[in-house]
Amino acid sequence: MIARRVLIFALALLAVGCTGEQAALNPAGAQAGRITSLWWLICWTCVVVYVLTIGAIVIGVVRKRRRADEPDAPAPPTTRPDPAREHRARIIVAAAVGVTVVILFVFMFSDFTAGRALASLAGDKSALTIKITGHQWWWEARYEDSTTSNTFTTANEIHIPVGRTIEFQLESADVIHSFWVPRLHGKKDMIPGHSTRTYLKADKPGVYYGQCAEFCGHQHANMRLVIIAQPHEEFESWRTAQIRPAGEPPFDNLKRGRDVFLKNSCVMCHTIRGTTAGGRLGPDLTHVGSRKLLASNIIPNKPGHLAGWILDPQKIKPGVRMPQNALDPHDLRALLEFLESLK
Amino acid sequence: MLRLSACLLILASVTLVASCKREERTFRVEPPYVSGVEKISVTNLFAGGAPATQPATSNEYEENAYALTEGKRLYGFMNCNGCHANGGGGMGPALMDDKWIYGDQPGQVFASIIQGRPNGMPSFATKLPDHQAWQLAAYVRSMSGLVKSDAAPGRSDHMQSRKAENSTEPESPKQSRPPQ
Amino acid sequence: MSSDAPNLAAAARQVHDVDPTTPAPTAEQVRSLQQLEAVWRKPRGLVGFLTTTNHKDIGLRFVYTAFVFFFLAGLLALAIRVQLAVPNNTLLGPDLYNQFFTTHGSAMMFLFAVPVMEGMAIYLVPLMVGTRNTCFPRLMSYGYWVYLMGGITLFIALALNFGPDMGWFSYTPLAGPDYSPGKRVDFWSQMVTLVEIGSMSGAIATITTILKCRAPGMALNRIPLFVWAALVAAFMILFAMPAVTICSTLLSMDRLSHVSTHFFNHAEGGDHLLWQHLFWFFGHPDVYIIFLPATGFISAIIPTFARRKIFGYTPLVLSMIAIGFIGFGVWVHHMFVTPIPELGQGMFTASSLLITIPTGVQIFCWTATLWLGRPWLKSPLLFVLGFFGVFIMGGLTGVMIASVAVDTQAHDTFFVVAHLHYVLIGGMIFPLLGAILYWFPKWTGKMPGETLAKWSLALLFIGTNLTFYPLHHLGMGGMPRRIYTYLPETGWQPLNMLATLGAFTMGIGFLIFVINLWLSSRRGAPAGPNPWHAGTLEWATTSPPSTYNFANPPTCEGRDPVWDNSPDAAIVTNLDTDKREVLCTTTLDAQPHHRYEMSGDSWWPLVVAIATTVIFVAGFGFTPSWILPGCAILAIGLGAWFWVSAYRSLAVHHPEMPRDPRKD
Repeated sequence: MIARRVLIFALALLAVGCTGEQAALNPAGAQAGRITSLWWLICWTCVVVYVLTIGAIVIGVVRKRRRADEPDAPAPPTTRPDPAREHRARIIVAAAVGVTVVILFVFMFSDFTAGRALASLAGDKSALTIKITGHQWWWEARYEDSTTSNTFTTANEIHIPVGRTIEFQLESADVIHSFWVPRLHGKKDMIPGHSTRTYLKADKPGVYYGQCAEFCGHQHANMRLVIIAQPHEEFESWRTAQIRPAGEPPFDNLKRGRDVFLKNSCVMCHTIRGTTAGGRLGPDLTHVGSRKLLASNIIPNKPGHLAGWILDPQKIKPGVRMPQNALDPHDLRALLEFLESLK
Repeated sequence: MLRLSACLLILASVTLVASCKREERTFRVEPPYVSGVEKISVTNLFAGGAPATQPATSNEYEENAYALTEGKRLYGFMNCNGCHANGGGGMGPALMDDKWIYGDQPGQVFASIIQGRPNGMPSFATKLPDHQAWQLAAYVRSMSGLVKSDAAPGRSDHMQSRKAENSTEPESPKQSRPPQ
Repeated sequence: MSSDAPNLAAAARQVHDVDPTTPAPTAEQVRSLQQLEAVWRKPRGLVGFLTTTNHKDIGLRFVYTAFVFFFLAGLLALAIRVQLAVPNNTLLGPDLYNQFFTTHGSAMMFLFAVPVMEGMAIYLVPLMVGTRNTCFPRLMSYGYWVYLMGGITLFIALALNFGPDMGWFSYTPLAGPDYSPGKRVDFWSQMVTLVEIGSMSGAIATITTILKCRAPGMALNRIPLFVWAALVAAFMILFAMPAVTICSTLLSMDRLSHVSTHFFNHAEGGDHLLWQHLFWFFGHPDVYIIFLPATGFISAIIPTFARRKIFGYTPLVLSMIAIGFIGFGVWVHHMFVTPIPELGQGMFTASSLLITIPTGVQIFCWTATLWLGRPWLKSPLLFVLGFFGVFIMGGLTGVMIASVAVDTQAHDTFFVVAHLHYVLIGGMIFPLLGAILYWFPKWTGKMPGETLAKWSLALLFIGTNLTFYPLHHLGMGGMPRRIYTYLPETGWQPLNMLATLGAFTMGIGFLIFVINLWLSSRRGAPAGPNPWHAGTLEWATTSPPSTYNFANPPTCEGRDPVWDNSPDAAIVTNLDTDKREVLCTTTLDAQPHHRYEMSGDSWWPLVVAIATTVIFVAGFGFTPSWILPGCAILAIGLGAWFWVSAYRSLAVHHPEMPRDPRKD
């Protein structure tokens, strides 16, 4: 019974790579799926090779090892080996090398085929283009549209329609970052001076987590990313909402919150479309109230967390660019209400 | 062996003294305090003798490489280059020369940032927490070579429009008048 | 270190030990032994410590120093593991964590792995090829001093809270002047420059010794496999290390006041990918520079304990040479997720898979040797078996991530962390510890304890797998490397905790290994010249060897001279014993060619090393105005090095000693 429990626990532990919410081997898109099947082909072949090689070595050692009761001094070395056995060994070694070469060729061609399959999304004319800019330590997402007024910018939480090819144009504003959502696709580096692209497609609706994969400084660990894949209609309604600028606040308290935002340091870095705030140094907050998580997806978007983040971001993410802010409690409450109202 | 380790120890302590301020990285500051910025004078001319409070003549961020680089980043973030360009000046006065209209002392530079000055320099009092204003003030002085070159920022990853701050020869500050 | 007075009894015993049938030494032999003792003796105390150019002193010094850095870097690894054991841990903040992991990686790669292998080569190569010292002994001594200065530079920086914090591969722009203020990166890059200058110096000495000073008869096809490995690795050092030295110097010039170049500034025509290409052009061959000497250890240990000659000498040598070449053609597999065209990536997939073949050939040949022999399960062989268990796993995960598609998922995750630790711990630490046990009797004259050695092996084997196996799963579970913390929601905690426990198991294993060596060096059984009954020339002299290695340098009649030489094999005689003279032989066939006098002990390598340190640390790290004064000291030092007292003639330094009658 206990043994069974231990076994189940161990299996649960080892399943981390295959079942987790951020696991590369738990694919939810065509690209990640293709990589996963290549992965298992190579992985199982390697397991077999490992078992055979280690088995051969262990048998070789154990079979003719010197027993404990033999005298201490070793036998004189064989300097004139038996030619027949040598010949046999030569054939076996050559055969093993031959098998290795064949396996490597199989790996190489399956990798090339997988590479072609992964690249095949690139020509898709109906792709949705999203420009991602990596910043220390958050993600800016700009949804491109042929109608300029339908272009909008958001951050950290990226919504995509299910089943449609997404073209991500990748750039960096400062140091090298790497765009990675394991359940959808492998990663792609964002190197200053080199703009690049990656294409992916989500097969089913869901919330897919990812994070920056190239070391980028103090808060590399907390530069997280969420992709929310939605059915077409849901995505379109989200998009329509995002395009709208923030309206005039209906209540006095919200107006006060807006004024707090505009009069304090917030306005220097953040944009809220529909107000005079147009800073481009931090995430666009026009619809911050609609996001599920804050601070590059590491704390929930609840008033308490938001207050803690505004007052002392350096405690939550030491080194982050946002400074500590000393706000009057009433001002803070108004600011929180205002920000949470930006749905 | 003993002598060798003694030498190493001395070398290490010398480096320690020289480097401890340069390399500290303090992310979190105590809650902002009242800076007394309104008492900082920007001139040496006073009716009835000098005031009781003198502007701060030192800024510990000037010895700290991290704070100086943060100051440089804030210089861009706060759009200082909109008026002062990369130090050569434009709408606003040049910052990399030896002329100082409202004083060259760290406390005076800080006051200019926080209070704003006539002819277009806005006040950053509510827009910039004090410690960031001090970082910015430290950087502004590094633009004319007034901080040590081992702490001053190096060249930036942009098109170059000026010598890197750590390569700038120190200017000797002079009092100047506002443009007529 | 060595005894101070000429030890006649030891010298006479040496002649007897090597060949008991030799008649008691004649007066003539006694006199030349006396002269050898005097001429190779190193000055007493601190002066001797600072001026010695004996390969055994310097080789062991490399090994000891490297292990000190290994210990410090290991402590950092434990701190890293403790930080990651639980999510949202605040034990080390991001600043300290970044400094710790960067110093851990840099110290392990630059200050431990390569130097320890060079140290082993410097100690073993002259003994294995049957000569008295390495060529260019002063260059080798200089190599050690700059290496030491480089290592001290890094750890002083860390101790004073300005350790490097941008990762051991130090990608720009993060490591550039805009994002790494202060002197953190500068200290790191000067450390790299100094250490690699040291590596290149050692490599030059090793190559020349191997090609020019072999025992007569030791043609290229009879060189012991470890010596082959050291030769290929030394050539790789010569071609790989300049790349990283250039990169670190370009980076410091980008950062240096009054220089401020733009090599790594995309806005001014520089390129961040240039850094990655240059760095990995060194970085990947570096792995083989570490791994090849380890294969040499294995090729030395396996025949001795399998009690037969190695199977497939020629394929093994060709594999090593092939690795040496292909190793330079795989670097782009570190850059598969950068914007490099698919066709180019495909080529590097092919070459990365190709390098599996020579490695496979080596493993198959060793397996065949074990099958065809009669394995004697002593601790060095057990460590080699540990190597097979761990390294093959790392090699196979390496084959997996040679595929571009798979690598886009595995790159920069804990999967790669697991892979590289399996390869380096399996491919380098296990053979190295086995080699230390194997040659311990030669260094100390005492046998290593078997029981504790087996305990340390068991703990290390379990610890390695416990620490690094879970990281494969974490990596595929989405955990990137170099993160100082993670969220509890990720579910990564249990496996991380397991890895932390494993790290401490490994720590205990290393501790037991060291305790075992310490106890053995004090109370071990006397070893005698050849306790394992092995076949290579280092076993043909006393344990520990005298400062001049061989009373009469041996000749070589086969690949395992101690096994193959006939009882009446010739010895090298008539070398002058009143100066440090060795026999140089031809490169291919090792026919005697000429006699060559080696330079003696000297202060100048130390002086030149200090000048080099001033030039780089002060001149390239702080302000270029230090470069000129540094160069002046350098010029004086080098002038004296080559001009003043290059040779230590017996007549000058020991007028009281009897002169060679042939000269009078």
